[in-house]
Amino acid sequence: MTVLLIALGAAVGAPLRYLTDRAVQSRHGSAFPWGTFTVNVVGSLLLGALVGWPAGPTVGALLGTGFCGALTTYSTFSYETLRLARSGRRFLALANVLGSVAAGLTAATVGYALAGVVTG
Amino acid sequence: MSEPPDPRTDPDVDLRVPADRGELTVRPVTVLATIAAGGVLGALARAGLQHVVPHAPTGFPWATFGINLSGCLLIGVLMAALGHLGGGHPLARPFLGVGVLGGFTTFSTYAVDVQQALVAGARGTALAYLAATVLGALVAVGLGDAATTGLVRRWAAR
Repeated sequence: MTVLLIALGAAVGAPLRYLTDRAVQSRHGSAFPWGTFTVNVVGSLLLGALVGWPAGPTVGALLGTGFCGALTTYSTFSYETLRLARSGRRFLALANVLGSVAAGLTAATVGYALAGVVTG
Repeated sequence: MSEPPDPRTDPDVDLRVPADRGELTVRPVTVLATIAAGGVLGALARAGLQHVVPHAPTGFPWATFGINLSGCLLIGVLMAALGHLGGGHPLARPFLGVGVLGGFTTFSTYAVDVQQALVAGARGTALAYLAATVLGALVAVGLGDAATTGLVRRWAAR
């Protein structure tokens, strides 16, 4: 059952990452990877909220491990950073690393705190 | 053998690459279903490893650490290989890169595990995990890319 829930969450999360990336990237002209930044921050906020709620094993498998896990990505984040550095955009590469980590951690903290407030 | 012509920054979808721009309009269902299938496989592999190697909130999340570093190594290998193949099969990148490796690696679990270690009072573990993952990931992706490019060049020179 857990396997099915994780699969279902990931089957939605992975294509949604791709679609969000496309949508965000078509709306700006900068070399900064805002698309991946967006999915990673939103996914961290949502997972923080699920942990702070706290969600049970069913919702955790579906939305946490499956959906948030597949919506966010470390491989794309690191590859984009490599490409930025290799193409001479070292400042953007550094900004991507520091910005993503700081924003992701902040989002996780905010999501966790918000869920705590809402559920008391 | 010249440099691969592919100037992409984003391995998921780079709208400056003509093939990526048209990818979704030509056959949206096939592309999205391929990404979903890859994502399911990657996520299940991740969940399996996390289940086998669990960690306490104050402990170092070794499973997710290994998942993210190996996924970054493999995206370096994959993108270098596909670059030298002229992009490879049209569904290879959506399936393996966007789907499998995107679903396998996770940024949300990384961020929340750091936050949870901080909540549990394990500041040293949180900081070590935060730094080791991001530095290790960048080394891994660079290594995967460089090793694959080197191998392909050696093959091509024969």
